[in-house]
Amino acid sequence: MTLDQQTTIPIGIDELVARTAQMKKDGCRLVQIGCAKGGDDFEINYTFDKDFVLTNLRITVKQDTVIPSVSGVYWGAFVYENEIHDLFGITVAGINVDFKGVFIRTTVRHPFTVTITKEDTSCQNK
Amino acid sequence: MSKQITVPFGPQHPVLPEPIHLDLVLEDERVVDVIPSIGYVHRGLEKLVEKREYPEYIYVAERICGICSYIHSNTYAEGIEQIMKIEVPERAQYLRTIWSEYSRLHSHLLWLGLFADGMGFENLFMTAWKLREHILDDMESTTGGRVIQGVCKVGGVRKDISPEKLDGMLRGLKDMEPQLRDLTNVFLNDASVSHRLKGIGGLGKEDAYYLGAVGPTARGSGVGIDIRQTGYAAYGKINFKPVVEQSGDSYARCAVRAKELFTSIDIIGQCIKKIPEGPIEAKVVGAPNGEYFARAEQPRGEVVHYIKANGKRNLVRHRVRTPTFTNIPPLLAMLKGCELADVPIIVLSIDPCIGCSER
Repeated sequence: MTLDQQTTIPIGIDELVARTAQMKKDGCRLVQIGCAKGGDDFEINYTFDKDFVLTNLRITVKQDTVIPSVSGVYWGAFVYENEIHDLFGITVAGINVDFKGVFIRTTVRHPFTVTITKEDTSCQNK
Repeated sequence: MSKQITVPFGPQHPVLPEPIHLDLVLEDERVVDVIPSIGYVHRGLEKLVEKREYPEYIYVAERICGICSYIHSNTYAEGIEQIMKIEVPERAQYLRTIWSEYSRLHSHLLWLGLFADGMGFENLFMTAWKLREHILDDMESTTGGRVIQGVCKVGGVRKDISPEKLDGMLRGLKDMEPQLRDLTNVFLNDASVSHRLKGIGGLGKEDAYYLGAVGPTARGSGVGIDIRQTGYAAYGKINFKPVVEQSGDSYARCAVRAKELFTSIDIIGQCIKKIPEGPIEAKVVGAPNGEYFARAEQPRGEVVHYIKANGKRNLVRHRVRTPTFTNIPPLLAMLKGCELADVPIIVLSIDPCIGCSER
């Protein structure tokens, strides 16, 4: 069993940059930013680590919501923010290195916003 | 100020086994800015959770990478087990740890070979890969696969290793140790290697931490992050100390990997001594409902598998943050200010795995 501790804190979009800046002030490392569908909305998790304790700041947004970039706080956040834009179609405003949709080139535009039905046979290896 | 020119580096380049493109902005021979482009081999594997039920999706998770494949399957399985509160048998935890360290050995030897090749040191490249064959042979004889092992499953592992075989594996590794010492001595002490690596691609401790560096890239800059310290699998019962170097240059990153070979052998030795008898898998019933961030230490650093499930056989989301993906911003910081001729060495020094990053 892992000894990992992890907590998730739901926050508002307007708090995002300030809370992220506080995390950095507290000496946390940005582990990842990831997006997942939650019903009709999208949940974006900003994951931080300090001494192997994970803390997630979670915002819940609609696809047309414009979210602020945290790349001004954690410079390396641009890779995650460009990825979220390209895969989920969520606009992130003010990214320090903005690829404007060409960071991850996909055949299907914003592939994680559409559901692909099961068209192939299921694996026999169950 | 000199006139700036932009030189494209990749996606096809002799030192790049996989495609990444860097636009290098130069003033004379000095790099003043770097703009990365990825996405050449994006496969959308995470999207396959919609088509594959969670027990069979482990085959997809394992195929995220062709080098640290085993650890991907291990991390995915652990994420599901945490959500479903499955108690994995202790023997399986030890076996997982042994195979994880074999993966690290084969990955580091592969990288040492590629790094030597990148420096033009051909016989060093061949020596590293020759030694790697021994590791791959052991992986093949215990799992059935050299690259994709398919031995990890939700709830445990598919194959056991007999005590005789475990003893043989340890003997083989001990016999190999003097050859590994000879190999790593060249990387650590040879004048031409040191000349090529020392002071090249520097990354300070604070930059490494806040830019998100992980694995040997972070530990080479004095940041002692090693997720094995969280105690997943059987690591909580093993004594080991992460290898940390302070100088932050390409030499330090190389030294971390070279020294980690011996840490891995030591961990495998401890596992073989401590591994208990018992079952190798727990029964898995039902489907996961919940979410979890599973983390593991891959050869390139911390990997994160985020798993979200709603009680159905197909997951809602599986998102993988691979080490190379988070090592891209630190790489850009290393490249700024370097000479054009040093770019290939610096890019190789983070051990980039683009297929992994693209998923």
